[in-house]
Amino acid sequence: MPKKSQTARSPIALTTGLAMAAVLILIAVFAPIFLSGDANTLTAAVREAPGASHFLGTDQFGRDVFARTLVATRLTLILAVSATIMSVIIGVFIGGFIWLAPRKFRDLVLRIIDSSVAFPSLILALVIAAILGPGAFSAVIAIGVAGIPGFARITSNMVAGVINRDYVSTARLLGVPGARLFTRHLLPNIASPLLVLIASSFALTLLDISSLSFVGLGVQSPEYDFGRLLNEALPSIYSHPIEAIAPSFMLIFSGVAAMMIGDGLAARHEARGHAPASARKQAVRLVGGSPRFPDALVEVSGLTITDTLGNQLVKGISFSINQGEIVGLVGESGSGKSLTAMSLAGLLADGLGMNATALRLGDLDLLTKIPDAKLAKEIGLVYQDPGTTYNPALRMGVQLTEVARVHLGMARRDADASLIAALGNIRVRQPEERMRQHPHQLSGGMLQRATIASSMVTDPSLIIADEPTTALDVTVQAEVLREFKAINSGKGTSMLFITHDLGIVQELCDRVLVMRSGEIVERLTGDQLKRGEVTHDYTRRLLETTPTMTSPLSRLTNTIEKTEI
Amino acid sequence: MPGETVSAMTGVIPRLQMSKNRGAGWSAFWRRRLTGLVLSIGLLVLLTFLIVPLIPGDPAIAILGTNARPASVNALREQLHLSDPLWSQFVSYINGLLHLDIGESFRYKTPVIDIITTKLPYTAQLAFGSIALVLVVAVPLGMGIGVLTRGGRRNALGTGFSVIAGFLASFPAYVVGTLLVIVFAIWLKVLPAGGANVATSSVLPIAALALGPIFAVARVVRAETYTVLKQDFMRTARGHRLRAARLYLVHAFPNLLASTLTLAGLILAGLLGGAIVIETVFSYPGLGSEVVQAIIYKDYPVIQGIILVIGSIAILINLLIDVILGIIDPRTLGGSDGA
Repeated sequence: MPKKSQTARSPIALTTGLAMAAVLILIAVFAPIFLSGDANTLTAAVREAPGASHFLGTDQFGRDVFARTLVATRLTLILAVSATIMSVIIGVFIGGFIWLAPRKFRDLVLRIIDSSVAFPSLILALVIAAILGPGAFSAVIAIGVAGIPGFARITSNMVAGVINRDYVSTARLLGVPGARLFTRHLLPNIASPLLVLIASSFALTLLDISSLSFVGLGVQSPEYDFGRLLNEALPSIYSHPIEAIAPSFMLIFSGVAAMMIGDGLAARHEARGHAPASARKQAVRLVGGSPRFPDALVEVSGLTITDTLGNQLVKGISFSINQGEIVGLVGESGSGKSLTAMSLAGLLADGLGMNATALRLGDLDLLTKIPDAKLAKEIGLVYQDPGTTYNPALRMGVQLTEVARVHLGMARRDADASLIAALGNIRVRQPEERMRQHPHQLSGGMLQRATIASSMVTDPSLIIADEPTTALDVTVQAEVLREFKAINSGKGTSMLFITHDLGIVQELCDRVLVMRSGEIVERLTGDQLKRGEVTHDYTRRLLETTPTMTSPLSRLTNTIEKTEI
Repeated sequence: MPGETVSAMTGVIPRLQMSKNRGAGWSAFWRRRLTGLVLSIGLLVLLTFLIVPLIPGDPAIAILGTNARPASVNALREQLHLSDPLWSQFVSYINGLLHLDIGESFRYKTPVIDIITTKLPYTAQLAFGSIALVLVVAVPLGMGIGVLTRGGRRNALGTGFSVIAGFLASFPAYVVGTLLVIVFAIWLKVLPAGGANVATSSVLPIAALALGPIFAVARVVRAETYTVLKQDFMRTARGHRLRAARLYLVHAFPNLLASTLTLAGLILAGLLGGAIVIETVFSYPGLGSEVVQAIIYKDYPVIQGIILVIGSIAILINLLIDVILGIIDPRTLGGSDGA
């Protein structure tokens, strides 16, 4: 099911849909009782225009079009309900019970279901209509059977998600019989999405049965449903279009009713845990406060970040980064360290508001609009999860050279060449081949090193690295940290390094800021941290939970110093 | 050559050799896909074969009517090999298919294959024309609305689109077709009401077929736009400080198309079913109206032939979608088993 974003709409859609359905049911119940005479009696008043005696005129046999349209509601609904019940019961049965069957059998049935879902349901319907011959009964069977694979597939998917949960496994171990397992444990868990599917599939079923009647394969004269009425109206559509418009309206009305119920149910089902519609982010400069770190490369003063509900996620923090300095920002997840980094990079997510008294990088005032090219050149970015950082649809080369090509105006060939050289420098094997590959063909460590290499192409003054080693395994972490160290000492690039791993910052960072609940609770030098000279309880606790990395890291620093480029 | 197509599409370093990894992806794709293909076609062949044996009672009497002379019933039984055991009927059915011989129409006394070759182009025009129209309109529409209303922007536009699209998406093609005929052919008299004699004949049927799916697919595209825009790689792209055009067209669009095609595949295949029905509205001389007539007149060879062809088109559309998916997002090449 596609995700809905407008949750506010769902109760309206559901209510409207249910009201429309109630109208249809009332018509279906009462119209045949009161209007059958008008609807079925042949009169001499043939094909009369709409008027006082006949609201929508009469058909070719002088029968009242309005009455016939309303009376047809009952048969249409009965057929659609029967076919839907058939699809649901058989489909759910198949989709559920194959999970109790041996694996080989289940795989076979699933493959057959998959193959048949790929065909339009009308093909199966035509086959059955061909076997049973035209008629209302065969139309119900045809559309009902055609709907089975869809329900079986969905049920099977949902059961697959539920079957391995603990309570189901427990019930199986306890020897609960298959049928009870299904009704007691599985069905309640899949009921809600199933209901959504039933509502939308009912709409399709109704329209499909009517379409069979419409082409002459469904309901046969003298019986009539909406589709049959439309079929009978077609020959006289030039002289008497109202006869076609009436059943068309009813078909659309029924279809829309069922769709709205389905949409409303789906939205309600998916609404759980949805945030309310969010406002736009805005960077606001707070007045007052003179620059506190005029000589620093990066100056952040009074940075506050709020969510849509007005909660302060970052509470007026200030810090600076000097030229050539590596500043570590540590804290547990949710402490606001990544938000701080992203607001400095100008990449705050939708819905978050940001204000500050100063936000500056060199001579760039980051609270104003800065030309894209300038920003792209000055700030290099390395993100947390290399697996999701890259666009799966684009080749590595396109993504790695993008800034160089778009903002430095380099020709593709030159950009490629410089990137290939950079990759070679950091000992990525077969860099030409890597450039041609898609991200999923590279390992996480390789992707992360490629990110670092590409962020250096523009020779930025600041690198913001947001947990760049968290997603990597330990040996790869060391390699990546070595890159950062080499860049810093080789080119003097300043860095803001976000992590929750104190072991890393001890070795890498000149200064360390400890964040907790949106505030900076302690400021230390890397050496102080290494010697354990911390004052704040929180830092002490963070330090205690950090596995000692002293020995491997000192080895690592030695290596770093030896391998500097 | 898939490698070249990708380069052409994404503007990457042209004329590359396929890397080893990539080649393995595609060969695995075809291995997996061919099994699915064989199964689908097998299912289709079995299904069409079973039509005649499954007819309740004696198929020959069902076809000729209860008043038929025993001699002609026997002749028909002979012609359809109804006295043979089921498996031998199946073998000769398949044997016929392999020689493109689906039999002879009871009604027209002409080979079924001739009927199909005459009528197929009309139906293919409707089906592929409307699929193209749906994609060309729905993808930009859904993506545009998705981009404009992302993160809760322009709430009125978002809600308005939801209501209108939800409403129009539930319009069945044959009803839209009827209404279009009334408006454009009868009231405005600008387009022909039916037939296939002039170039504009297919305008109304294609429009009628496409209207509902356009909005159904546009809804999917909008929801997928929201999902794609929230991905980490879009933040990376924003970090490259790109203009909106490049951000959305180069970075968001391919991913959008991949997820859209996955979800919209069934809508597109279902469109084929609509094409069968809509031909009746427009007296359009395609396979759809032919198969309906064949069912009414119990012309079984024609029914079997046309259902085989329409089913094969559905299989073809599915395959096409998977190939496009593989080109856009090579991760799907090793994906789950499909039909």
